[in-house]
Amino acid sequence: MLGITPSPFASALLWIVLVVLAAYLARRTVHRAIRASANALRRSFRVASKAVTRSHERLSERNRDVLLAAGREAKERIVEREFDRINDTVRKDLSNYSALHRALSESIERIEKDHQQAVDVPPDPPGWVEAVEAVAKIDEREGRIGVGNILADIHKSLVKAHKEAMNAYQQASGERHKLLRHMRPDWRRIQEKLAKVGKNVDSLLSRSVTIDRHMQEYEDIVKGRDRAVSVLASSSLVNFFVSAFVLGIAIGGAMINFSLIARPMAEMVGGTSLMGGYRTADIAALVIIMVEISMGLFLMESLRITRLFPVIGALPDKMRVRMIWITFTILFMLASVEAGLAYMREVLLHDELATSALLRGADAATAATQYLWITTAAQMGMGFVLPFALVFVAIPLETFVHSLRTVVGLVAVGAMRALALVLHLLGMAFHYLGALLMQLYDLLLFVPLWIEERLAGREAADGVPGRSELQL
Amino acid sequence: MRALIVTAICVLLASCAPQAPQNHGVYMLLDTSGTYAEELTKAEQIIRYTLSRLDATDTFAVARIDTGSFSERDIIAKVTFDDRPSAVNRQKRVFAEQIAEFVSSVEPSPYTDITGGILQAVEFLNEKGTGSRTILIFSDLMEDLEEGYIRDIELELEGFEVIALNVTKLRSDNVDPREYLGRLDAWQARVEEAGGTWRVINDLDGLEGLLMR
Repeated sequence: MLGITPSPFASALLWIVLVVLAAYLARRTVHRAIRASANALRRSFRVASKAVTRSHERLSERNRDVLLAAGREAKERIVEREFDRINDTVRKDLSNYSALHRALSESIERIEKDHQQAVDVPPDPPGWVEAVEAVAKIDEREGRIGVGNILADIHKSLVKAHKEAMNAYQQASGERHKLLRHMRPDWRRIQEKLAKVGKNVDSLLSRSVTIDRHMQEYEDIVKGRDRAVSVLASSSLVNFFVSAFVLGIAIGGAMINFSLIARPMAEMVGGTSLMGGYRTADIAALVIIMVEISMGLFLMESLRITRLFPVIGALPDKMRVRMIWITFTILFMLASVEAGLAYMREVLLHDELATSALLRGADAATAATQYLWITTAAQMGMGFVLPFALVFVAIPLETFVHSLRTVVGLVAVGAMRALALVLHLLGMAFHYLGALLMQLYDLLLFVPLWIEERLAGREAADGVPGRSELQL
Repeated sequence: MRALIVTAICVLLASCAPQAPQNHGVYMLLDTSGTYAEELTKAEQIIRYTLSRLDATDTFAVARIDTGSFSERDIIAKVTFDDRPSAVNRQKRVFAEQIAEFVSSVEPSPYTDITGGILQAVEFLNEKGTGSRTILIFSDLMEDLEEGYIRDIELELEGFEVIALNVTKLRSDNVDPREYLGRLDAWQARVEEAGGTWRVINDLDGLEGLLMR
């Protein structure tokens, strides 16, 4: 069919010449088409890349806002809590300040009084000195004979007076020492009270330093400083992974809880009925666990430990306390039900083992039953405790939910950035692919192009303007 | 949004739709004729094993093969297990006791009406409407009908699995094994022509595959 000459070689050669000639004639059009296609693709990808970049920037901005808002809220809570603590300290200690002041004043007054009473009174000058002087002035002639007697009396009196004076002095000293001893507990009391006041003041000072630090960070967040954003992003990631880990542990606990109650639940709802392809007993057990987790969430919300449901947090205190009691009562009842089911599970297990042993022809009572109460008690204990343990899932759940927004945002930003880069690279690739295709096209036409070049060179040498010059 | 609601309703309806029964129905025929009655202690072992494999809502019946087996009176014990596990265990124990009592007091029958027993089993299991239906035949498969009993009847065994257990060899089988093999082949052909599946388990230590769920 393709043989246009008797010789296949000649036919092929002729076909090649014709094709090359046709391709040469269509060269400019083909080049334009390739260039247009490549440019169109490049522009499309560039536009797409820019759109993705813009979205990525918007998302980054939104993430930043979300992060700052979350950080602001968290910081407000921390500062609020610190102020609450300061308020408690101040209320507790300063409300007693007047009593403290009175106690200190009374103690000091008592000390002063005791101190005054404890002043050392100098002993009276001995009365016999004057008597001695009088005796000394008596003339020798006047009555030296009676002097001896007088002196003996004086000596006797003096000894007696001295003894009395010494007794009185010792008694007074004892009284003073007693008073000084009484002062000691007052001093100690004052010292203790002052130490306590000092400790409280130190605590207030350290809290004020903490508040200063938090306020500084809060200011950074409010002003949207980059440092604050990076700190918040990093802490959000840490929170995400830690809360995910704790949630994983909680899921493990829930699974154990499930296995404890799923089997005996068949006694209540039947062992074979199905709901949506799943055993109704399993679904019922799962529902009980979910209800327990929900009650735990509500309890934590009512206690204002978590803030997942603002409606509960905003309830009046009276209603909130009522809700705490209601949720706790429901939890307690469910925990009791679980303990009962755990007991039932053990009973069923033994029943089943006994039946299996009987059917196997073995003695049903071969198993040692004296220690079985330990496993029964352990299962019941777990059945009772696990619902309360699951209450605390609310805390990591809240952290997980809050940090998840940031993590999802960061992942989305990363993905969009990668997508923008890929689109940009694709645009560039199509641009260069167009150029490559044109070069490859020209490679097939190297013979006519070579001839054209030679002719153009000759025309240039003859001064005839070339095709390109004519085009210009 | 509308599509979402429609999909949700469809899923809900599909989940609430009545599902095909998943329970198991087993009917066991015990040959009590002649010397085969001595093999019944093995049958008790199989019954206990079967009981251990059955679960809530399953149905199990044990009937004897005697002169005229197409009768409810030949059913020794029957039970449809309760939905509650504790009740199931209790039922299993009672069933095992009934069988033990029967085995200890069984009297050999002069004739062997296997076909009548199978007809009774089919009727019983069809009436129970279980998800899967298995007929266990604990016999040497040598049918011996009393004069006047007509058992040349086509069986309807579509959806049934028939398992022959402990098919012992008779003295004449030892003389000419073709009789034994011919007997087995004849029953297999009869069951398969009736639409059922046929299996033989002679090694009672390998009962694991008896009730494949």
